[in-house]
Amino acid sequence: MNWEKHQVVEKSSILLVIGILIVVAIGGLVEIAPLFWLSSTIEKVQGMRPYTPLELAGRNIYVREGCYLCHSQMIRSLKDEVERYGHYSLAAESMYDHPFQWGSKRTGPDIARLGGKYSDEWHRAHMIDPRSVVPESVMPGYPFLAKTKLDYDDIGAHLKASAIVGVPYSDEMIENAKADLELQAGANTEALKDFLARYPKAQVRQFDGDPSYVSELDALIAYMQMLGTLVDFATFDAAGPNLR
Amino acid sequence: MAATLQRDEWKAFSDFLALGAAGILVVIGAILAIGGEDRAMAFHGCLLFGAAGLAFLYILTQVIEKKEAHDATSYADGVVRAGVIATIFWGIAGFLIGDVIAWQLAFPVLNLDLPWTNFGRLRPVHTSAVIFAFGGNALIATSLYVVQRTCRARLAGKWSPWFVFWGYQLFLVLAATGYILGVTQSKEYAEPEWYVDIWLTLVWVVYFLVFVATLAKRREPHIYVANWFYLAFIVTVAMLHIVNNLAVPISLLGSKSYVIYSGVQDAMTQWWYGHNAVGFFLTAGFLGMMYYFVPKRAERPIYSYRLSVVHFWSLIFIYIWAGPHHLHYSALPDWAQMLGMTFSIILWMPSWGGMINGLMTLSGAWDKLRTDPVIRILVVAVAFYGMSTFEGPLMSIRSVNALSHYTDWTIGHVHSGALGWVAYITFGALYCLVPWLWQRKALYSQRMVEWHFWISTLGILLYITSMWVSGILQGLMWRAYDQLGFLEYSFVETVEAMHPFYVIRATGGLLFLIGALLMTYNLWRTARGDEPLDAADQPSIAAAPEFRSASAE
Repeated sequence: MNWEKHQVVEKSSILLVIGILIVVAIGGLVEIAPLFWLSSTIEKVQGMRPYTPLELAGRNIYVREGCYLCHSQMIRSLKDEVERYGHYSLAAESMYDHPFQWGSKRTGPDIARLGGKYSDEWHRAHMIDPRSVVPESVMPGYPFLAKTKLDYDDIGAHLKASAIVGVPYSDEMIENAKADLELQAGANTEALKDFLARYPKAQVRQFDGDPSYVSELDALIAYMQMLGTLVDFATFDAAGPNLR
Repeated sequence: MAATLQRDEWKAFSDFLALGAAGILVVIGAILAIGGEDRAMAFHGCLLFGAAGLAFLYILTQVIEKKEAHDATSYADGVVRAGVIATIFWGIAGFLIGDVIAWQLAFPVLNLDLPWTNFGRLRPVHTSAVIFAFGGNALIATSLYVVQRTCRARLAGKWSPWFVFWGYQLFLVLAATGYILGVTQSKEYAEPEWYVDIWLTLVWVVYFLVFVATLAKRREPHIYVANWFYLAFIVTVAMLHIVNNLAVPISLLGSKSYVIYSGVQDAMTQWWYGHNAVGFFLTAGFLGMMYYFVPKRAERPIYSYRLSVVHFWSLIFIYIWAGPHHLHYSALPDWAQMLGMTFSIILWMPSWGGMINGLMTLSGAWDKLRTDPVIRILVVAVAFYGMSTFEGPLMSIRSVNALSHYTDWTIGHVHSGALGWVAYITFGALYCLVPWLWQRKALYSQRMVEWHFWISTLGILLYITSMWVSGILQGLMWRAYDQLGFLEYSFVETVEAMHPFYVIRATGGLLFLIGALLMTYNLWRTARGDEPLDAADQPSIAAAPEFRSASAE
C-alpha cells in the first residue's frame, strides 16, 4: 500500500475536513433515514391518540424532574420482562412522544404500563413520601408537586408546537386545550362527551383528591394513570401483518 | 507601511466586530430578561445580559487604551491557561455532584425532597459538568495548545479564542442552572433546551473556525495526527449536536420546546448522538490529547504512523454506527439493532489500534513508569481505554446486553471509561501543562502526584467492581424464576440488594474526588511559583521549555 497518498489529506486542512465529514455521515444516514420511510417501522394499531392537555402537562413534569433517568418506558421482548411488566412495548405506543421516554436505566421499575396498576391514593402517598408505601424504595420524595399549582395558561401553545412537529392535534383540540385540561381534572364535566370524542379512553377525575385547584400532582398522576392503556392488546395480533 | 496599515485596519475591524457582537448580545439578553415567559428564561436572559455587558465593557477599554495586543510571533497561551483553570474548577464541581448523587442512591433522605436537590435534576448537572464542562474545557484548552505547537503558528483570531472560552463557560452555566430550575429536553447528554443549543452552536462554529484557521496558517507541511483527532471531534460533535437537537419552541420567549422527532426515530437519533458523544467527545478528542502528551512526556515518537492512519479513519467511520446497541430488544427494528451490534464489535479493533499505538510509544522508555508518576497516569489512562473499549463491544452483543442493559453494569462501564480514561489522560495533560504554561521549573510536588494516582486508582477500582457486582446481580435477579415457574424476586427486592454496592461506589467516588483535590492543591502551588519540594526527582520534561536544558544534564 502506498502510504504517501495519505499525505494529500495530511497537507490540506480543507480536504481533511471534507474527508471527515463524508466518513462520519454514512453510518447515521444508513441507520436513521430509513426509519422515516420504512412503513414496517411503526406498527398499525388501534387506540393510539395524542395526549390530553392534562396528560401532556403531566408528561412535561415527568420530563422536568428527570424521572426518565431511573424509570424506563420500554418493555423489552424478553420473557421475564413481559411477565413482570406486560406486553412488550410497541413502536406505535411512543409515536406521539416528543421526545421519547424509553430511558436507559432501571433504578426503579419500568413504567410503560403503569396506568391502572395502582390507585390514585397510592400514587399520592407515593409521590409525597415513597417510603410510606414502599419502605425499601430509594426514590426521592416529591411533596412539592401537590402544593404547586399547575401552570397551564400556555397549554394551547404546547399543543400547537406539538402539532407542528407532527402530533395530530386538530384546531379544535388546540382551541379547547385549556378548558379540556380543567375538565379532565374534574373541575367541570359539562362538555365531557365532546372531550371524550376528542380523547377516547381519557380518565376524568380529581387525581390528587383536592378540588381547590389543579396541581402539578393532578397532571402527573393523570399521565401515569394512562401510561400503556391506549392500545388494546386483546385485539392486537403480533403475529399478524404487524410482525416486523 | 502598507502592511502595517493593513494590519491596523484588520485590528480595528476585528475590534469593531467584537464590540458589535457583544452589543447585540446585550440587547438579546435584555429582551429575554424582561420578556421571558418563564422564570428560567428571564433568569437566563439576565445571565446573558450580564455576561455580554461585561464583555462589551472589557472590549471597549481595550480598544480605548489601544494596547498593542500581542507579539504576533508568540503563542497565545492566555486562553489555554484560562482553560486549564476552568477544567480543574469544573472537574471538582462535577466529581462532587457525582458523589452527592451517588450517596443519594444509597440514602434517599439526602434528596431533601426539594425540587432543586432531587436526583433527577442533579444527575444531568453531574453528567454535563464532567463531560461537557470538565472534559470540554480540557479538550478546548489542550486542542488550542497542541494546534499551536504542532503547527508552529499562533492561534488565529484576536477575540475569537476568548469568545470560545467565555462563550463555552456561559453555555455551561446556562445548562447547569437550567437543569436545577427544571429546564431540560430529557435527551441524555443533550438536555439543554433550544436556546442554549443555539448558543452552543454559535460558540462551536467559532471554535471550529479558530482551529481550522490556525491549521491553515501552519508552518509545518503536515498536519500532526493529534490535530486529525481534534478536528474529527469538533466537526462531528457539531453535526451530532445540530441534528439531535432540532426542536420547535412553544414561544421565542419561553424555554420549553418539542423535539421534532418522536418515539422510535427519536430514540435512534438520540443514541446515534449519545453514543457518539462517547465516540467523538470522550474518545476522538481525548485521543488527540494522547497523541500529543504521551509521546511528549515519554520523549519518544509515536509508535506507528501507519497504525495512526488506519485507526483514525476506521475509528471515526465505525463509531458512528454503534448507537443502536443502546436499544437492543426495544421497539427499534431488528435490522438497526443488528447493524449497531455488528459495528460495535468491529469497533473493538480500531479502539485497540489506538491503545496499542499509545502504549507502544513507550517502547524503550518503560522505566519511566517507575520514576515518573505523570507518565504512569497517562499510561494507565490508555490501559483503561483499552479495557473499556473491550468491555463495550462485549456489552453490545444482544444476549449480553439483555442482562446488562438497564443495570449498574452500564454505569460501571461508563465510569471505567470516564474516570480511568478521560479523567486520567486529562490529569496527565494537566500535570504536564501547568509547569509548561506558567514557566515553572517543576511540579510543586511529585510525591503528591503519587498519592493522587494511588488514591484515585483505588477509587476507580471500588467504583467499577461494585457496579459490576450490583449490575450483574440485579440483572440476574430480574430474570430469576422459582421452582414453580414464577418470577422469584419483586422489583423492590432487587433495589434493596443494591444498597451495599451503592455505599461502596459512593466511597470510591469520594476517593476519586479526594485525589482530584490533591491535584488541585499541587497545581495551584505550582502555578503560584512555590519552590518545588522534590524538583531533583522529577524528569527534565516536567519543566517549562526554557528551564529544560539546565536541569537535564
